[in-house]
Amino acid sequence: MNFISTHLLSTILFFPAIAALVMLFLPKEETKLHKWYALVASLVPFGLSLVVWFNFDPSQPGYQFEEIHTWYAAIGSSLHLGVDGLSLSMVLLTTLLTPIAILASFSINDRTKAYMILFLFLETGMLGVFMALDLLIFFVFWEVGLVPMYFLINQWGSANRNYASLKFMIYTMGGSLGLLLAVQLLGVLFKTYDLQVITAQWSAYTAPIGGIPAATFKAIAFWAFVIAFAVKVPLWPFHTWLPDAHTEAPTAGSMILAGVLLKLGAYGFLRLILPLYPAEAKYFAGALAFLAVAAIVFGAFGSYAQTDFKRLVAYSSVNHMGFVVLGIAAAAFAAGTADARIALNGAILQMFNHGLSAAGMFFLVGVIYERTHTRNLEEFGGLFPLVPVYGGILIFTSMASLGLPGLNGFISEFLVVRGSFGVGVNSVPVMAIYTAVAMLGLLFTGAYILKGIKKVLHGPMNEHWAHGEHKLTEINAREIIVMVPLMVLILWIGLYPAWILNVINKAVVMLF
Amino acid sequence: MNFPVLSVITFTPIVAALIILMMPSHRRNETRAVALASATFALLLSIWVYFSYDQTAGGYQFIEKYNWLPALGISLHFGVDGMSTPLVLLTGVVMFTGVLISWGDEDPHVKAGIQDRPREFFAFLFLLAGGVFGVFVSLDLFMLFFFYEIAVFPMYLLIAIWGWVVTREYAAMKLTLYLFVGSVVSLAGALVMYWTQYQNTGVLSFDMLAMENAGFSQAFQIAWFLPVFLGFAVLGGIWPFHNWSPDGHVAAPTAVSMFHAGVLMKLGAFAALRVGIMLLPEGAKYWSWLIMAFAGIAVVYGAYIAFVQTDMKYMIGFSSVSHMGLVMLGLSTLNQNGLTGAGVQMFSHGVMTALFFAVTGMIYDRAHTRMIPELGGMMKIMPFAGVGFIIGGLVSMGMPGFSGFVAEFPIFMGVWQSRWLVAVIASISIVITAAYIMINIRKVFFAELPEKLQGHVGDITVLDKIAIVTLCILMIGLGLFPGLMVPMVQTGVENILRLLGGA
Amino acid sequence: METTTLIWLIPLPPVLAFFLIVLFTNKSKALSHTIGVGAAALSFIGSMVVFVRALGVEHLGEHPFESAINWLPTGDTWFRIGVLIDPLGAAVLFFVAITIFMIFLYSIGYHNYGQPAGDHDVKGLPPHGATIEEHGHKHVVPSVEPMYSRFFAFLGLFAFGMYTLVVSDNLLTLFVGWEIMGLCSYLLIGFWYGKPSARDAAVKAFMTTRIGDVFMLLGIAFLYSATGTLTFREIFTEETLHRLASTPAWFGMTASGLIALLLFIGTVGKSAQWPLHVWLPDAMEGPTPVSAMIHAATMVSAGVYAVLRMFPLLTADYGEHGLTVTMSIVAFIGAFTALFAATIAVAQNDIKRVLAYSTISQLGYMIAALGIGAYVAAAFHLITHAFFKALLFLGSGSVIHGMEHGVLHTGNHHVDPQDMYNMGGLRKKMPITFWTFLIGGFALSGFPLVTAGFWSKDEILADAFGHGHWAVFITLAIAAFLTAFYTMRQITLTFLGEPRTEEARHAQETPWTMTTPLIVLSFFAVTYGWVGIPEHFPLLGGLVPNWFHEFVGHTLPEVREAPEFNWIPLLTSLVVALGGLALGYFTYRNVKSVSEDKFQIPLLKNKYYFDEAYNFLFVKPAYWFAENVVYKFLDKRVIDGILHAFGPSTQGFGSALRNYVDLPIINRLIGDGSANATYWFGGKLRVIQTGRIQQYLMLALVTFIVIGAALFFFVLA
Repeated sequence: MNFISTHLLSTILFFPAIAALVMLFLPKEETKLHKWYALVASLVPFGLSLVVWFNFDPSQPGYQFEEIHTWYAAIGSSLHLGVDGLSLSMVLLTTLLTPIAILASFSINDRTKAYMILFLFLETGMLGVFMALDLLIFFVFWEVGLVPMYFLINQWGSANRNYASLKFMIYTMGGSLGLLLAVQLLGVLFKTYDLQVITAQWSAYTAPIGGIPAATFKAIAFWAFVIAFAVKVPLWPFHTWLPDAHTEAPTAGSMILAGVLLKLGAYGFLRLILPLYPAEAKYFAGALAFLAVAAIVFGAFGSYAQTDFKRLVAYSSVNHMGFVVLGIAAAAFAAGTADARIALNGAILQMFNHGLSAAGMFFLVGVIYERTHTRNLEEFGGLFPLVPVYGGILIFTSMASLGLPGLNGFISEFLVVRGSFGVGVNSVPVMAIYTAVAMLGLLFTGAYILKGIKKVLHGPMNEHWAHGEHKLTEINAREIIVMVPLMVLILWIGLYPAWILNVINKAVVMLF
Repeated sequence: MNFPVLSVITFTPIVAALIILMMPSHRRNETRAVALASATFALLLSIWVYFSYDQTAGGYQFIEKYNWLPALGISLHFGVDGMSTPLVLLTGVVMFTGVLISWGDEDPHVKAGIQDRPREFFAFLFLLAGGVFGVFVSLDLFMLFFFYEIAVFPMYLLIAIWGWVVTREYAAMKLTLYLFVGSVVSLAGALVMYWTQYQNTGVLSFDMLAMENAGFSQAFQIAWFLPVFLGFAVLGGIWPFHNWSPDGHVAAPTAVSMFHAGVLMKLGAFAALRVGIMLLPEGAKYWSWLIMAFAGIAVVYGAYIAFVQTDMKYMIGFSSVSHMGLVMLGLSTLNQNGLTGAGVQMFSHGVMTALFFAVTGMIYDRAHTRMIPELGGMMKIMPFAGVGFIIGGLVSMGMPGFSGFVAEFPIFMGVWQSRWLVAVIASISIVITAAYIMINIRKVFFAELPEKLQGHVGDITVLDKIAIVTLCILMIGLGLFPGLMVPMVQTGVENILRLLGGA
Repeated sequence: METTTLIWLIPLPPVLAFFLIVLFTNKSKALSHTIGVGAAALSFIGSMVVFVRALGVEHLGEHPFESAINWLPTGDTWFRIGVLIDPLGAAVLFFVAITIFMIFLYSIGYHNYGQPAGDHDVKGLPPHGATIEEHGHKHVVPSVEPMYSRFFAFLGLFAFGMYTLVVSDNLLTLFVGWEIMGLCSYLLIGFWYGKPSARDAAVKAFMTTRIGDVFMLLGIAFLYSATGTLTFREIFTEETLHRLASTPAWFGMTASGLIALLLFIGTVGKSAQWPLHVWLPDAMEGPTPVSAMIHAATMVSAGVYAVLRMFPLLTADYGEHGLTVTMSIVAFIGAFTALFAATIAVAQNDIKRVLAYSTISQLGYMIAALGIGAYVAAAFHLITHAFFKALLFLGSGSVIHGMEHGVLHTGNHHVDPQDMYNMGGLRKKMPITFWTFLIGGFALSGFPLVTAGFWSKDEILADAFGHGHWAVFITLAIAAFLTAFYTMRQITLTFLGEPRTEEARHAQETPWTMTTPLIVLSFFAVTYGWVGIPEHFPLLGGLVPNWFHEFVGHTLPEVREAPEFNWIPLLTSLVVALGGLALGYFTYRNVKSVSEDKFQIPLLKNKYYFDEAYNFLFVKPAYWFAENVVYKFLDKRVIDGILHAFGPSTQGFGSALRNYVDLPIINRLIGDGSANATYWFGGKLRVIQTGRIQQYLMLALVTFIVIGAALFFFVLA
C-alpha cells in the first residue's frame, strides 16, 4: 500500500499496460473473460484517479503527486510524472471514459483478446501524455498512443478502414515531425527534457541557434508545435483525417478518439505552447483564432452537409474543439487578464464536456448502427415510437452537444465566448469580430444537431424498421449503463459546474 | 581475468565449423544439433561478457594478447570496450537465432530452413560468424583484417550455393567485389598507417592501442582518412556504395541475410569507426561533412527507394541502407549524442533487421514468393510471425517505446548539435518509413489471403517462434529501458571523444 | 417560510415532475397528470404567496426579495446566481403562475383523458378517435392522446424554464430559462412529430429563435465583459449605466446601446417580431394548450419581459433629445410588426393562425411601447394580453375540440376542424366557449372601458401621442383598427350565423377541465384592466387608484410620469376599436363561403411570401454552401487532394531515384562496371575461367601482390 501511495501516478499509468501483458496469457476463446477482465482492469485506474482527485489540493501551486524515475539518463530525460488541476481533469476524463468505452464494446466478439489488449495499451498511452512533466516522455506517449488506435481502426473498423487508419497514422506522424525536431532542439539546448526547467529557460532564450536568430527559430519551433497539436485537435485545415477515422473506427474507438485523443492536442496547446512560447503565442494568436473560427464555422457547415450519421457527429467534433482553440487563442492574446482566465476556464471545461457529449453521441450512433447496419440518415426516420428510451437519451445528449443551457456544453461555450469577446472588448478588438463570426458556427451547431434528430427520430416512421427481422430493438440495459454516467455528469456540470471548474480555475490562475 | 573468454567466443564457431565439416553428411540432425549447441555456447558467453563488463571502469576489458608474428609486430590482441561489447552480444544473438530459423525440416513438403546440404551450410555460416566475432574483439589491425576477410569470404559461397537461384551468381559476385575492393583500399591505408607509425616511433606494430598515439600528422590523417573509412564503410552500406547490399540480401538465404544485414553491415561501420575515426581523428573531423552528406543522403534515399519496392527483401534491404545511414550519420557527428546513438543503432538495427529477414524468410519458405502484391492474410496463418514483424516495423519507424527510438533520438540530437539542417532533412525518412512499413504490414499480414496461397501455407515452427521472441524481447527491453545498454556504449564513446580531443 | 427560500423553490416542482414522469410514471396517465398538475399547483401557490408578500412590502423597488449563491469560479472572482422578485417580477410571476396552472388543467381535457384508446392511434400522430359500442349501435368518440404522459412531462420542463426566467436575478440564468423554454417549444411544437409539417415547424421555430439567441448570447458576453457582472441590480447602478452610456462602441453606438440592441435581437427571435416572425404561425402545428401557453401567454411574452428587464440599459443614454438609435430601432420594429402582422391576420382562415398573427401584432405593440420608453404601459399590456390571448387560444382549442367531435360524428376526416369557414353558429352548440371567446376577442380589440385590453392599449397610444411619436402613434392606431376588424371577423365566422357544415352542426361543448380555465381567464381578461386606469381619466379616473402604475412603476429608480390626459388618443382608440368591430361584423355576418371573402388577397394569404423568400435566400444557400463548398470542395477536393498527393509523389520520387539514379548510375556504372572490368582484366591474364570462385581467388592474389608491393615500397623508401 505504501508503495502505491508514493507511486500513485505511475500505478495509474502503467496498470492498464501491465494488465494487458497479463491478458496475453488468457485463453484465446474466452471472449466473456476478456471483456470482464478488461473492464475490471480499466476500473482500477479510475478508482485510483478518484483517489488522486479527492486528495488533490487545488489551492496549492505547482504539480502534485510528483514522481521522478531515471529513464534515459544519457540524454537527460527521466520519467517525470505529476498532475495539476489542468492535467488531473484530463486524467479523470481518460480513466472514466476507458471503462465506459470497454463496456460499450462488449458487443464485439471478433478477436476480443487482441481488441482489449490494444484498448488497455491505448489507455496507458493517453494517460502518459497527461501526466508527463518531461518533454521526451510527453512525446513518447504522444506517439505510442497512435499504434493501438491504428490497429483498432484498421482491424475492427468498417468498410473504408484501411484508408482511414493509414490516413490517421501518417497524418499524425507527419504532423508530429516538427514536434519531434523541436523537442530534440530543446533537449540539445538545455541538456535536459524536464518541462519545468525548459519552460523556465526557453521563453527567455536569446542566443542564435545554428547561425539563425533565436526569434526566427522560436517562431519556426512554435509552428512546429502548433501543427503537431493542431492536427490532433483537429484545427481547420488539418482536420480531414478526423471524419474518416471517426467514421470507420469501431464505436468504442470513436468514443475514445473524440473523448480523449482530441484532447491530447488541446492539452498540448495548454501545457506546452502557452508556457513555452508566450511571446510567439501572443504574436500569432490572431492566426490561431482565425483557424479556430474556421474550424468552428466550417466544422458546423461540414457537419450540416452530411448524410452519414456518424460522419455528422464526427464533424461536430471539429466544430466543438474549435471553441477550445478559440479560448486558447484569446488567452494567448491577453495573457494574465481576467478575460484570458475565463476563456481558458472555458476552453478546458469544453475539453472535458466535449469528451462526455461526443463519447455519448458516438456511442448512440453505434447503438443504432449495430441494429440497423446503416448510418445513412435517409434510411432512418420516425424511429421515436419504436425506441422511446433511446430517443430520449439521444435528444438529451444531442442537446448537450448543441450547448443547451442547463447542460454542460453551454457553460464552457459561454465561458469561451465571454472570455474571447471580453478580450475583444477590453484589449484586442479583432477578437470581438472572431467571436461574433464564431456565433455563426453556434447557430449551425443547432442546425446539424436538429437535422440529426429530425432524420432519425422524427417524421413519418420508416416501416422497414417497424416489424419483421429488421424490427428495431430498444436500447438494452448494458447500453443504458454506458450512457448513465455520461448523462449524469453532463447534467451535473450543467447545473453546478463549480465542483470541477474550481479545480481548473485554480490551476489556470496559477499557470496563466 | 584469466579465462580467455574472447578468444573462446571467437574460435567456438570456427572450431564448430571444422567439427561439422568432419561429420558425415547424412547425419543431418546431428550437425544441426552441434551447430545449435555451439551457437548457444557462444551466445551464453557473449551474454556473460556483456553483463560482466565493468561499465564504471570502461575502457578495454577481457584483454588477451599472444604474440603471433613479432617480427612485423602482429599479435593476437583481443579486448572489448563499450562499443564492441553490444556488438559481440548482437553477433551471439543473431548466430543463435540464425541457426534456429535455418534448422530445416526433413519433410520435403514443409519447405522451411535449410534442407540442402545443411552440413556445409552451417560450416560456412559459422566460419563467417567466427570472423565477425574476431573483428569485433580484435585490437590488432592485422588481425582485424584477417578476420574481416574470413567473414567476407564465406558470404560468397553461402549466397552462390544456397542463395535464390535467380540472382545468386550475380549478387554473390557483386557483393564480393564490393567488399573486397573496399577492404583492399582500406588495407592499403592501414599499411600506410603501419609504416608511418614505424617512421614516427620506430616500432613495427599493428597494435591499434599503440597506433592511437602514433602521432600521425594532420595532413597524413586528412589524406588517408577517406580511403580507410570508406573502404570499410562499403560493408556498412554507405551511399553511394550501398548497392551490393540489397542485391545481396535478396539473393542470400534467410540465415545469411540475417547475418549479412544484422551483423556484417555493423562490421563495416564498426571497423570504419575503430580504424578510421579512432586512429585518424583529425581526418575524421576534416571529412565529417562529407560523411554526413553521404549518410544524410543514404537515410532519405534508402527510405524513398524502399517505399517503391514490391519485393519484401528489397524493401528491407533498402530500409537497411536507410538505417545504416543513420549509423553513419551518428558517427559523422563526432559528438557524444551522435556516437552513442550510432552505437545503440548498430545493435538495434541488427536485431530488427535480423527479425525482418527471419520473418520474410519464413513467409518465403512457405508461400514461395516475397512479392508484396502476391501476399496477404499471413496474420491468420502465422500470427506469431505477424506480431514479430509488426514489432520490427514499429522499431524501424522509430516508434517510441522500442529500441529504434532510443537509438535514433540521440543521433538526431547529435546532428542538431553539428549541422541541424541535416536533421531536418533526414527526419523526412521517418514518415516515409512509417508509410511503407504500414502499407506492407497491411497488405502482407491483414489483407485477404490470395487463392494461390490458400491451403499449402502453414504456420511457423517452434524454433522460429523462439527466435522471434528472443529478438522481440531485445528490442522492447532496450526500448523501455535504455539504461540497459546506453551507459555501456557511452563508456566506449568517452574513449572516442578522448581521441577526438573532446570534440 | 423565508420568502427568498420560497422563491428559490418555485421553479422546482415542475422540473421534478418532469423527471418523475420521464423516469417512472410515464406508463400511467393518471399518475403523470396528477404529478404534473400537482406540481403546477404547488408553484402556483408559492407564486401567489410571494406575490401577496410582495404587495405588502414598502418600496419593493428599492428593497426587493433577493438572494444569491456562488456558481462559477471565474479567475479570482465568482460568478453568482440568485433569485430576485421586484415589482415587475412579482407582477409577471402573478400572471405566469395563473396561466400555467390553468393550461395544465386544460390539457387534461384537451388530450381526452378518460376516453378509450384509439382504434389505430400511433405515437407521434394526433388521436383519430375510438369506436365504442353503446346500447346496440357503435359510434366514434374522441380517443386519448397516446403520448399523454410525455405531454405533461414537457409542460413541466417548460414551466420550470419560465419560472426560472422570471425569478432569476441575472441575465445568465434568465438565458438558461429562455433556452430551456426554447427546447420545450421545439419539443412541443413537434409533439406530433409523425406529421412532417409539425416536425419542420419545430425545427423552424428552434432555428429562427436561435438566430436571435446567438446575438443575445453575444450581448450577454459583451455586457459581462464590459461590467464584469450580469446581475441586474449590479448593472443598473448609476455609475455603471453612466459608464456604459458614455463608452463609445462600434457602429456609432454607445456600449449600452449596442448591448441593448444585441439583447433585443434575442427578443426579436423569441417574441416573433419581424423579421424573425416566421416561426410563430407554423408553431400552431403544436397542440393548442401549447399554443396558448408557449406561443401566447408565457414564452413569447418572455421576450418582452427581457426587454423590460433591460429597460434601464436600453434607455441608459436616452436624454430628452429624441430617441437613441437603439430605441428607434426597437420602436420601429415593434410598430412595423404590429401593423404588418395585423394585415396578414385579416386573410387567415385557420382559427389558430389568426390568433398567432394577432399575437405577433400585439407583441409588436409592447415592443413599440418600450421603444418609445413607455415602460409601465408595455408591462401592463404584456400582462393583460397574456390573459386574454391565452383565453382566446384556449377558446379556439375548445372550438377545435368541439369541431373534432363533429368530425368524428360524421366520419368525414377531410373537413379541417380548424378552418373557420367550416364553422359558424357555434354559439348555440358551445355557449361557454362562445361567451368567454367573445370576452377575449373584445379585450383583444380593446372594447372600451370594460375590457383590460382597452386600458393597456389606450395607455400605449396615449403615451405615444403624449411624447409626440406620431409615426408610432398612427401605425399602432391602424394596427388597432385591423385588430378589432379581424377579431370580429373571427368571432362572426366562428360563432355567429348558421353552421356552414355538418360537422359544425354536431359540434359539442367541451368538458369542465377545459371550460373552467376559460372562465377564470375571462375574469382576468376583464378585471385586470381596472388596476391600471390612469388618474386623469374622465369619470373613472381616480375611482380605482392606478395601482399598476404605482406598483410596477417603482421597479425603476425614477418613474416616468404618465402623459397628460388628452382626448385625441382616447377618441382614436374608441373609434378604431368600435369601428373595427362593427366593420368586421357587417362584412362577415352573411358570408357563406371563402369565395365571398373580399380579403383573401394572395399577398396577405401568403404572408407577403416571407417563408418562400427566406427559404430561397438563406435556407437553401446555407445547405448548398455546406455541402458543395465546405464539404465537397474544401475538404474533399482541396485539403484531401493535397494529402493524397503524398502517396503518388513519394512513389514517383522513389521510383525516379531507383530508375534514374540507383539502377543506371550506382548499380550499372559503379557496381557491374567494376565487375566487368575485373572480368576483362581476368580475361587478359589468361586465367582459366571456371566460374567466379577462381575470379575471386585471382582477385585475392592480385591484391596481395599489390599489398606486398606497397609494403616493399614503403619499407625500402
